[in-house]
Amino acid sequence: MKLSFYGGVHPNEHKELTCTKAVEPLREAPAQVALSMSMHVGAPCAPVVQVGDQVTVGQKIAAPTGLGAPIHASVSGKVVAIEPRPSCGGGKMMAVVIENDFQNTFASELTPHPDYEKLTAEEIIDIIKEAGITGMGGAGFPTHVKISSGIGKVDTLIVNAAECEPYLTSDHRLMLESGERIIQGLKILMKTFALDKAYIGIEDNKPDAIEHMKSLAGDGIEIVVCRTRYPQGAEKQLIQRITGREVPPGGLPAHVGCAVFNASTAAAVYDAVVEGKPLTQRIVTLTGGALAEPRNVLVPFGTPIEHLIREAGGFKETPDRVMVGGPMMGIAQYDLSACTIKGNNGILCMTRAEAAEHVDNATCIRCGRCVNVCPMHLTPVYMHMYAEKRMWDEAEGLNLMDCIECGSCNYICPARVPLVQSFRMAKFEIRTLAMKRKAAAEKEAKKA
Amino acid sequence: MIDTKNVKLSVASSPHVCSPVATRNLMLDVLIALVPALCAAVYFFGPRALTMTAVSVLGCEFFEWGYRKLMKKPSAAGDLSAAVTGVLLAFVCPVSLPYWTLLIGDFFAIVVVKQLFGGLGQNFMNPALGGRAFLMMSYPVAMTTWVLPGKWAGIVGANVDGITGATPLSNDFMHSGLLPTGVTVKDMFVGNIGGCLGEISALMLIIGGVYLIWRGTIRARVPVAFIGTVAVLTFLFPKGGVGNVDWMLYNLFGGGLMLGAFFMATDYVTSPVTKMGEIYFGIGCGLLTVFIRYFGGYPEGVSYAILIMNVCVWLLDKAGKPARFGVTKEMKAKAKADKKAAKEGAAK
Repeated sequence: MKLSFYGGVHPNEHKELTCTKAVEPLREAPAQVALSMSMHVGAPCAPVVQVGDQVTVGQKIAAPTGLGAPIHASVSGKVVAIEPRPSCGGGKMMAVVIENDFQNTFASELTPHPDYEKLTAEEIIDIIKEAGITGMGGAGFPTHVKISSGIGKVDTLIVNAAECEPYLTSDHRLMLESGERIIQGLKILMKTFALDKAYIGIEDNKPDAIEHMKSLAGDGIEIVVCRTRYPQGAEKQLIQRITGREVPPGGLPAHVGCAVFNASTAAAVYDAVVEGKPLTQRIVTLTGGALAEPRNVLVPFGTPIEHLIREAGGFKETPDRVMVGGPMMGIAQYDLSACTIKGNNGILCMTRAEAAEHVDNATCIRCGRCVNVCPMHLTPVYMHMYAEKRMWDEAEGLNLMDCIECGSCNYICPARVPLVQSFRMAKFEIRTLAMKRKAAAEKEAKKA
Repeated sequence: MIDTKNVKLSVASSPHVCSPVATRNLMLDVLIALVPALCAAVYFFGPRALTMTAVSVLGCEFFEWGYRKLMKKPSAAGDLSAAVTGVLLAFVCPVSLPYWTLLIGDFFAIVVVKQLFGGLGQNFMNPALGGRAFLMMSYPVAMTTWVLPGKWAGIVGANVDGITGATPLSNDFMHSGLLPTGVTVKDMFVGNIGGCLGEISALMLIIGGVYLIWRGTIRARVPVAFIGTVAVLTFLFPKGGVGNVDWMLYNLFGGGLMLGAFFMATDYVTSPVTKMGEIYFGIGCGLLTVFIRYFGGYPEGVSYAILIMNVCVWLLDKAGKPARFGVTKEMKAKAKADKKAAKEGAAK
């Protein structure tokens, strides 16, 4: 069994800014939240409330229209608008805007099941679906779909608590402060999949969390200590580290019998099933050199980024960029009125000195570092050459579509070539080209 | 406090952090690693070794700056890559070479080999070795006049009368399978031999090479494969009446092998980037070096071996393409069988 993945990088972790700071509720609740209808992978939800409606915390306000999960009010108050609002993923997305009445009245259709042992797998999946749980590591795949499509195929359950992104400590704090929720959530998942063995992968830069989780784990749950190497927390790399299996190109973890859940997702499963609480809030790390007071906070979804920046004492230095997520894969924001969604584990405000150097007309020196760090065994230097010349077929021939956009190549590049940007563009062009060709072929077939 | 409303934010594609190591740092590391060999050169050949190197560096930087200025291209002098070329070209010339000849070599290396193909990252052969090959063809006598160690050539006009001699790799020895008298393996290891300015001291070059590998500036694959191949071949097929080990050590420490393996063959631009490609490249360099030394018209083969392998880099990278993530042997076999079946189906 291979106990590591190939390549990877080790950026400065900067976790010391927040890793000792206990999770706190917001000092001041947001006056208004805007809940985006696109908090997950798949089709946007459709609102089931109207402007003027009074809502309570945990009340379902939007239902999925396709692949997706329902969305619940994160504060109590009045729906004041249903309109497009700035999205932290870029552009504007339809959102339900709720004015907070600061009463925090809670009401949910879910019933607590402290005796979850008695529930059937279908019932558990139904609760997880109704609780609106989606993958909380960033991608946001609806959890109930992952479970129902995986039952029978999956023989290995993995909880991803690697938290390999620099700066972020939300999962670290979650493990230390409510590790039992993760363990209980995982036990519920094990029951659903009818498996008696599961793994929790943690990077070795969190010895206190490893110790704590080991003391809680109990039978059937193994804590796997992974070396601190970005992107250890990428799904495919974590599976490779723990099981030695490689997810095939274009495949899902289920293809190699694995299902991976983020630590926060496992805790959310516990909250939903045992406590009857739908997913309305999460731990967010507010960090970066530009913030006066970096900390970990419990944030209701839909809270504007600017409100969170005030919660962290505001800017002590002029920020160069503000991003949602970590520095390796986070999305840079241009409008701080954008609101948080289920997958947001951090708000990172970097100063000029911290952020990546920008070089105009970066010159590749072919040093090959990108090839040596690519965890997907790709050749970024050649992929970029083809992408620059718009030779999409040749780029695809180098398996460009396998790229997971982890950013390792871009990070290590001594010439500062914007490799990931180039691959994102290439992926878009390759998909467009494939669609065009398909359409043309269909047209041709019709003619004939 | 800074207002959150009117703050100007940069927007860029992730990642938002970068490694502290930039191109300039890498080039600086290479220059640092060449210092021990330069010290040995000054010790054995006198201060002229230093002035030769300085002239070559200044020449390369000047030609690079001038060409880019003339062509109205952004200046690239800050990346120090021309300085590396300058030092390396000086290192592969005899210390007695006139300065003007050296500058012609610099011009050829920087302008013809590097800038005409698009500058840094675009040249298909190592600029310093390209410059050396050009000088070898244009000034063969000056390029093969070897000052003996300990005999200092003058700084201004190098008067070489009476201080030159054959090197351990001259025709008299290598081709006839004889070892030079009075030159021990130890002399060759520390650099007490005639030869090009920077190539004489294997010890100093190994120190520099190990430094580069330790710093992660170069990967060990190319030099290990290169030196390993030469070692194996010369050990297995000794010439003349000397023992296998002696013959191997003379071959390893003589000529430009150490300089070539650690500093020339590892040139980023002109070496492969894939793991297997690098190993093939190193083995190829080793084979060609031994072939040229054994059967070629030149007594020394390192520089031509590397130049020939330079032009094969793209091919080697194609051959060395890493195995695709998630593709097992069974899947590969199945894909192959499917392809074959489809072909047969089409043929019918």
